[in-house]
Amino acid sequence: MIDSAVQREPGHRKPDGRAFASSANSPQRAFGRFTNVHKAFKRPGQVPLVAIDNVSFDLHAGQLISLLGPSGCGKTTFLRIAAGLISKTSGVVEINQAEVERPQPDFGMVFQQPNLMPWRTVLKNVLFPIEIQGDADGGAVQRAADLLSLVGLSGFEHSYPLQLSGGMQQRVALCRALVNQPKLLLMDEPFGALDELTRMEMQDLLLNIRAKTGATVMLVTHSISEAIYLSDNVVVFSPRPAKIADFIAIDLPYPRRPETRYAPEFTEFEHRAGRALGITR
Amino acid sequence: MNPQSLVRSMYPLLGVIVILALWQLYTWLSGISPLVLPSPVEIAAVSIKRYDLLLQQTWPTLVETVLGFFLALLIGIPLAVFVANSRLFNLVLYPILVATQSIPKVAIAPIILVWFGLGISSKLALAFLVAFFPIVVDTATGLQATPPGLLELAHALCASRRQVFFKVQMPAALPFIFAGSKVAITLAVIGAVIGEFVGSVNGLGNLVLAANSQLDGPLAWAALVWLSALGILLFAAVALTERLVMPWERAAQH
Repeated sequence: MIDSAVQREPGHRKPDGRAFASSANSPQRAFGRFTNVHKAFKRPGQVPLVAIDNVSFDLHAGQLISLLGPSGCGKTTFLRIAAGLISKTSGVVEINQAEVERPQPDFGMVFQQPNLMPWRTVLKNVLFPIEIQGDADGGAVQRAADLLSLVGLSGFEHSYPLQLSGGMQQRVALCRALVNQPKLLLMDEPFGALDELTRMEMQDLLLNIRAKTGATVMLVTHSISEAIYLSDNVVVFSPRPAKIADFIAIDLPYPRRPETRYAPEFTEFEHRAGRALGITR
Repeated sequence: MNPQSLVRSMYPLLGVIVILALWQLYTWLSGISPLVLPSPVEIAAVSIKRYDLLLQQTWPTLVETVLGFFLALLIGIPLAVFVANSRLFNLVLYPILVATQSIPKVAIAPIILVWFGLGISSKLALAFLVAFFPIVVDTATGLQATPPGLLELAHALCASRRQVFFKVQMPAALPFIFAGSKVAITLAVIGAVIGEFVGSVNGLGNLVLAANSQLDGPLAWAALVWLSALGILLFAAVALTERLVMPWERAAQH
């Protein structure tokens, strides 16, 4: 579980976003490219509300990237644009060499709320994407069972969601997002509704799953420590309209452990993110 | 049934026993004519003694009620789907539905009788008319109350409209559909009885009228008791169906 995360090519780690460093020096084309993404909401009788102001950066395969920013800064809007759930005003979102303009069947999505269907058992909830999209290789049921066991929910396959705690429900949602082996896992404040201890547990679980599956992850959070603990790269957004305030490459080695949170480098990253957010000087 | 719920069900039973005892006492002490107010013992005796007649008259009322109820489901649910999913249907149909619902069913019963005759179809039509409204309103409400998070999930998975409807909207609306159905089934009994009152040759409602006109108070009351038992049984049947169709609702309580 440890190795796959560590062994990923360090050459992909760049000090900054593409706004700062051109992708020309990258040996291969990035997995995900966001170029001048701009979003303005029309308001009747008023000037349009700019939510995202020309944001550009690259996302490399196998990376976990966090979008960090204050509440209401447009980071969730950005994630939704990346997911193809809402349209952008201008700019290009290119993932896996295809432009994203509508929802993609090979993306996985985790929302802040588990959004489980109370009438389906845990296993049937995890298999919901397969029911919608079909079981391409016939291995979905086995994969669902493996994922549930990976998140520690073996034995709960035939329980109903309302019988589970909030943290367990969110683990089911994570399995559901992974069951069709998505090319990109998008997470919108996935642990925001959980208590602090469950949250830390879920962060380790996510890192563990990422190491095992090699999934590329883009995650929205407003927690500085969460962003640093989880990510290869942190995109720090300014208050609305969202612009890139800083692009921080977190070069702490994986696997990260609870002690990592107390390392001096960790604190330095926290300071840097805090400065970018305008919290500290 | 666990001891706790057994104790809980004793409370309403206790209330019923007290009322029946007071009633019995009153008829003994006042010497009131059984035509005006028969005693509970008399009513019980007739309910059992004329069991064959009552059962025979229960059958048509049961058929009218159940058929009217199913007809209301059959027409009400698809109509609710249109009302919930189409703005045009909603704007055109909803006010008409509400307007027709405000017409007292007793008042249109004679007209229904002229249209459909003395047979079962006029009762069925009335049972349908009263049962229809709660089913349409509750189903439409349920379909429109689909949690937005589930719709977004389906959207993100590229689900087709058909998949969204059958796999998300409909199951999410089930609790609403059953809530409407429980109201509708009890109303359907009333609709059938209204039909029988206005013009019929059989049924429990007809029996109440016939026994009354023959000054047979205890039999009229016995028919009433059977009628309410019928209503309770039908309600229980819908509630049982709900438990069987939605096992997760019960699971959540444990």
